[in-house]
Amino acid sequence: MMLEVSGVTKTFGENTVLRGIDLFVEKGDVVAILGPSGSGKTTFLRCLNFLERADSGRLVFDGEVFDLRTAGKKEIARVRRKTAFVFQNYNLFLNKTVLQNVTLGLTASGRMPRAEAKDAALAALERVGMADRLSAYPSELSGGQQQRVAIARGLASGPEIIYFDEPTSALDPELIGEVLDVMRALARDGMTMLVVTHEMEFARGVSNRVLFMENGAAVESAPTDAFFREPKTERSREFIRSILHKDGE
Amino acid sequence: MERIWRIITESFPLLLEFGIKFTIPITIASFAVAFLLSVFVALAQYAKTPVLRQLCRVYIWVIRGTPLLVQLFLVYYGLPKLGIITEKYSTAILVLGINEGAYMAESLRGALEAVPRGQLEAGLCVSMTYPKIMWHVVLPQAFRTVFPAFSNSFIAMLKETSLIKSITIIEMFRQAEIIAAREYEPLVLYTEVALIYLAFCSVLTLLQRRLEKRLDHYGGGVK
Ligand SMILES: Nc1ncnc2c1ncn2[C@@H]1O[C@H](COP(=O)(O)OP(=O)(O)OP(=O)(O)O)[C@@H](O)[C@H]1O
Ligand SMILES: [Mg+2]
Repeated sequence: MMLEVSGVTKTFGENTVLRGIDLFVEKGDVVAILGPSGSGKTTFLRCLNFLERADSGRLVFDGEVFDLRTAGKKEIARVRRKTAFVFQNYNLFLNKTVLQNVTLGLTASGRMPRAEAKDAALAALERVGMADRLSAYPSELSGGQQQRVAIARGLASGPEIIYFDEPTSALDPELIGEVLDVMRALARDGMTMLVVTHEMEFARGVSNRVLFMENGAAVESAPTDAFFREPKTERSREFIRSILHKDGE
Repeated sequence: MERIWRIITESFPLLLEFGIKFTIPITIASFAVAFLLSVFVALAQYAKTPVLRQLCRVYIWVIRGTPLLVQLFLVYYGLPKLGIITEKYSTAILVLGINEGAYMAESLRGALEAVPRGQLEAGLCVSMTYPKIMWHVVLPQAFRTVFPAFSNSFIAMLKETSLIKSITIIEMFRQAEIIAAREYEPLVLYTEVALIYLAFCSVLTLLQRRLEKRLDHYGGGVK
């Protein structure tokens, strides 16, 4: 087991957002995290990378145990070195070029010397099809291109798992395809991925497991085929029906 | 008419010299003080450092709520009563710097807040430390945004140096005053000194425009 998460809870003020989420991820898994808006999907992902402090929860990563509430700086750094995070709105460094966006994390964190970082960045940008725009600034790119650069930025350090938080939700419909294609290719190459998404095509076609969340709880966790063919809970059934209904319009 | 012309040709080079020897260096030195202070104060507030943040708020509140001239008098004439020896040039530079620093800190804080926070999180996720993210990503963008405001501050400070004559510094304006009194020609002398201030500020404005264009390279700043 590569990643084992258990008992993640989180409350914002009076608002309990996560009520004890468990998740097991094997190497090479692509897990789609589905659920209605406000169910806590983003918060859950953010807790795994310590962007948000969980109120409780345990993370076992490569056999090492981390407490999501109390982990110290060094432990957090260790987790983040093995992971990458792709945001809904890309969050590229606006004052840096495409190439610099990818190399900065590698050099400024002291992980690679400049030349090596550049090679790693070029390889990553090649994988997302952005190696021809090295000196462009984010403001000169389309949303789809920016998101692909953001994926390359995460890839360059060779993470063991990539967290995606609705990577295509901010994109114009005609740009969604190019980002999903990149993600499909990553999945094919065996990258372990945790993907919060509303793209049912993608979830069905690419993920091998589904975590369905609602109101801060993991309502159903199942292999993708089983989840879509015969959802076990009433809530999942309703969710799938509403999605299919929306797609049919 | 000839007398006037003589006064002009004699006083103008002298005033210019005082401008270059006093007004400009004092402006640069106090701007440096203001700049460093504003960066420190703005960062302390941006990072929400508990006690420091309160202190910074008090500093900004006090400075913005009292006139510069009163601050100069209070420090130069007031502090010695508490046994604190003050020297006029360092007093002038520090007070001018501390004064404008409060305004600049507020501008910079606004500029920092305007940088989308997501970039900070993205930096953390690629294993950068907070200081490195500030240095490489957030501050450069904030400086781009705040550049016009800081330029205005620089120009304002240049003009404010005319106030330091009140703590016995003989700078350009005081020099004009002396000659005006001696020659009974206030109109001529104050016109001259006004023109020199205007020339200095015009050069600065041009410089500002130039630099702003050069800073524009990443596509008009934050979109
Ligand atoms: N920083 C925060 N402070 C307070 N409340 C928050 C914060 N972040 C999220 N929430 C609340 O937590 C709940 C879950 O939010 P979250 O963003 O995790 O949901 P989500 O499943 O990702 O929804 P969506 O599909 O709309 O992205 C929401 O009610 C939201 O208002
Ligand atoms: Mg979300």
